Amino acid sequence: MELTDKIFKFFGGIKPNGHKSISTMNPIKRLPIPKKLIIPVRQHVGKVPNIKVSVGERVLKGQILAEPVANISAATHSSSSGTVIAIESNKIPHPSGLPDLCITIETDGKDEWIKNDKIDRSRLSSEALYEVMKFSGIVGLGGATFPTHIKLNSNKIKTLIVNAAECEPYITCDDMAMQEKTKEFIEGIQITMDILKIPHAIIGIEDNKPKAIEKLKISLSGSKNISIKVVPTIYPSGDEKRLIYLMLGLKISKEKRPVDFGIQVFNVATLISLGRFFYHSEPVISRIVTVTGALKRPNNYEALIGTPIQELIKDAGGSPNQDIIMGGPMMGFKLPHTDVSVTKAMNCLLAMTDDMKSKDTFEMPCIRCTKCVEVCPAQLQPQELYWHAKSKQFEKLTEDYKLFDCIECGCCSYVCPSNIPLVQYYRYAKSEIRDQLKSSEVADIARERNEFRLYRIEREKKERAERNAQRRAQTSDIDKKKLIEEKKAAIAEAMKRIEEKEK
Amino acid sequence: MAIIDSPAIKERSTVSIVMFTVILALLPSLFLQIGFFGYQILGNLFIGIGFALFLEAICLRLRNYPIRPFVLDGSAFVAAWLLIVSVPANIPIWTLLIGIFFSIVVAKHAYGGIGSNPFNPAMIGYAVLLISFPKIMTNWPVSEGFEVNNFIQFFEFFSFLNTNEVYDAVVSATPLDQIKTLLFLGEEVNILPISFSTLAPYQMIALLYFLGGLFLVYKKVITWHLPLSLILSIYFFSSLLYFYDQSTYMSPMFHLLNGATFLAAFFIITDPVSSPTTLKGKVIFGILIGLITVIIRNYGGYPDGIAFAVIFMNICVPLIEKFTQPKVFGYE
Repeated sequence: MELTDKIFKFFGGIKPNGHKSISTMNPIKRLPIPKKLIIPVRQHVGKVPNIKVSVGERVLKGQILAEPVANISAATHSSSSGTVIAIESNKIPHPSGLPDLCITIETDGKDEWIKNDKIDRSRLSSEALYEVMKFSGIVGLGGATFPTHIKLNSNKIKTLIVNAAECEPYITCDDMAMQEKTKEFIEGIQITMDILKIPHAIIGIEDNKPKAIEKLKISLSGSKNISIKVVPTIYPSGDEKRLIYLMLGLKISKEKRPVDFGIQVFNVATLISLGRFFYHSEPVISRIVTVTGALKRPNNYEALIGTPIQELIKDAGGSPNQDIIMGGPMMGFKLPHTDVSVTKAMNCLLAMTDDMKSKDTFEMPCIRCTKCVEVCPAQLQPQELYWHAKSKQFEKLTEDYKLFDCIECGCCSYVCPSNIPLVQYYRYAKSEIRDQLKSSEVADIARERNEFRLYRIEREKKERAERNAQRRAQTSDIDKKKLIEEKKAAIAEAMKRIEEKEK
Repeated sequence: MAIIDSPAIKERSTVSIVMFTVILALLPSLFLQIGFFGYQILGNLFIGIGFALFLEAICLRLRNYPIRPFVLDGSAFVAAWLLIVSVPANIPIWTLLIGIFFSIVVAKHAYGGIGSNPFNPAMIGYAVLLISFPKIMTNWPVSEGFEVNNFIQFFEFFSFLNTNEVYDAVVSATPLDQIKTLLFLGEEVNILPISFSTLAPYQMIALLYFLGGLFLVYKKVITWHLPLSLILSIYFFSSLLYFYDQSTYMSPMFHLLNGATFLAAFFIITDPVSSPTTLKGKVIFGILIGLITVIIRNYGGYPDGIAFAVIFMNICVPLIEKFTQPKVFGYE
């Protein structure tokens, strides 16, 4: 991949008000250790890890609570020392509002670390490194929560892109992390380059973060292998594929992944935790959360995983009955319950403003004004997607209009003068298509099985017939007569025996 | 399926805002029209738009739609306005109301209301009137210069609300019609090069449509694709004929400043519902409307052919869209 200074502006995108400065006035804050930590067992994409502790057990900070069970799985750690008081279903921050298994720890305030051996990377083979990584608890902390060790287990990577765009309005956790944890951040980048055995990394950062850019430039002056590319502030520049295009001029469709082009993208928070893990043997037990929106004192918090979010909201000057969005205003979702705790996916808690709450929901018909086309960063035809999703023409949606290339960034809904919740229509169509595909797969399997069974019965019948024919052909006529006589004799004998018995 | 109500923020834009920006862009030309031709057009607008909104409400009621938001969306308002400024200001009011009826009830609601009409409602109304009442539709008022008095008369008109007073005016065919007839009769026509001092009222109004259109492009209500391709197309095809024979064909500038060229380019063919959504499609749509217009103006039976060209091209929109779908990100 050629590296240039050029910025390749992608098509579309929007420039909503950033509202970033309200949460960057003060440094990242830490709260006292909460009395109770409620830690969901699974906080990543993939298999549910195996619980290794039991109720009543004392656990230490950094101790593994649950172990990964397969490749696509990650470990969950205790964020402080204390006693496991419950392992039960609990509310979790998920759009469905459904509960999931959580481990509740009553903290003892000692914050006692488990003794972790220092990881000596130079002595580890890549296989061993992969195994160690699986137990780090590191997942994509930008919000995707895909286990990071899988992304590091590749020898095809040539370019590392650091996603520091943070394009969603209101969110500032990466910005603040880069400002305050510059060293750890750069360590994380270096370690990742080292693991992937690549000489170069590029940081992609939106120009609305001058302080972080300044800090990085100073820290990286003289460094030849890590460069910074300042990209314009256009939402959604932080989308992986949009960022790759911005920086490298390479357009990747849904059919391909960045890895296919030797590119791997990591988020700022993920890299910081990689640095911490390898230099300080610290698994993921905390993360930086932006707590912002309609609050008196918006701020960034370095929060222990499992911290009840109400403690953060209270500290930021909010009240318990406020409506909270997890994530940003463009792609985040309104929490069904606000008595949940901090998870690895939680980059932002946004207390809904009056504007958000009073959003007009009256939907007018589409007037085909194509404002949505003008902003779609995937260069789709949102009005066609909407039309076909509404009329359930799923085949056209996938074949002609590439529905699955939609990244659900929400730009189309943002500009729609008819107030149509376009993204919801796309989500609906996607899930319908996935369901259809799944049920048709099941039907296919059943049909194949039945066809095979019929084929097998037919084949066995045929084989039997052939065997019989063969046997008949082999036995000569004389043999046959002999056989018949023998049988007749046997029957006669049997008859005789019966007669005798009856007498 | 998880219910995610994102995004939580929204740009302030509604269909009403779009429609009333269009009206704003039409206001300067209305001012000139009143000045040159009297206040009758205002009466037409009040009665015509009132009737359009009334029909809109009835149709919505019959179709079980909420009346308030749809009447307020401004689409019937704009459609009626465009029809009214497309017809002669001295049109008998009953004729105008027939046109409005066809625009709103037949072209719009019978086809499914806002967003679903395949044809431009204003142009359907116009075409119905032009075919049914050709004499009325080709007699345009003649201006006796810009009269401030016209505005004063307008307020008098309102203070009495008395329409018994017959509005006397001199009428004539449009310049486009006149010259076409002369050319048809084989007479030599000398069209002077156009300068601002010799601009006739209709041409000055056309220029204001042009400026209003630029305002819409600036406000991003429309993109440049449709107007520019129509204007260039009319200019190009009429130039071909003009350079072929200057004595029998009208000059390209004459084509641009007369008839409904600028009104159509910025306000009529830009109706999003009945025009293509793809950028390439918009360019093709504009070029073909221009071509058909030049053909009808020079060889057809009607003085101005834009309405027919628009309606004809409206039919072709799905076809144009099918063949001009742009490539998706990563598939180029």
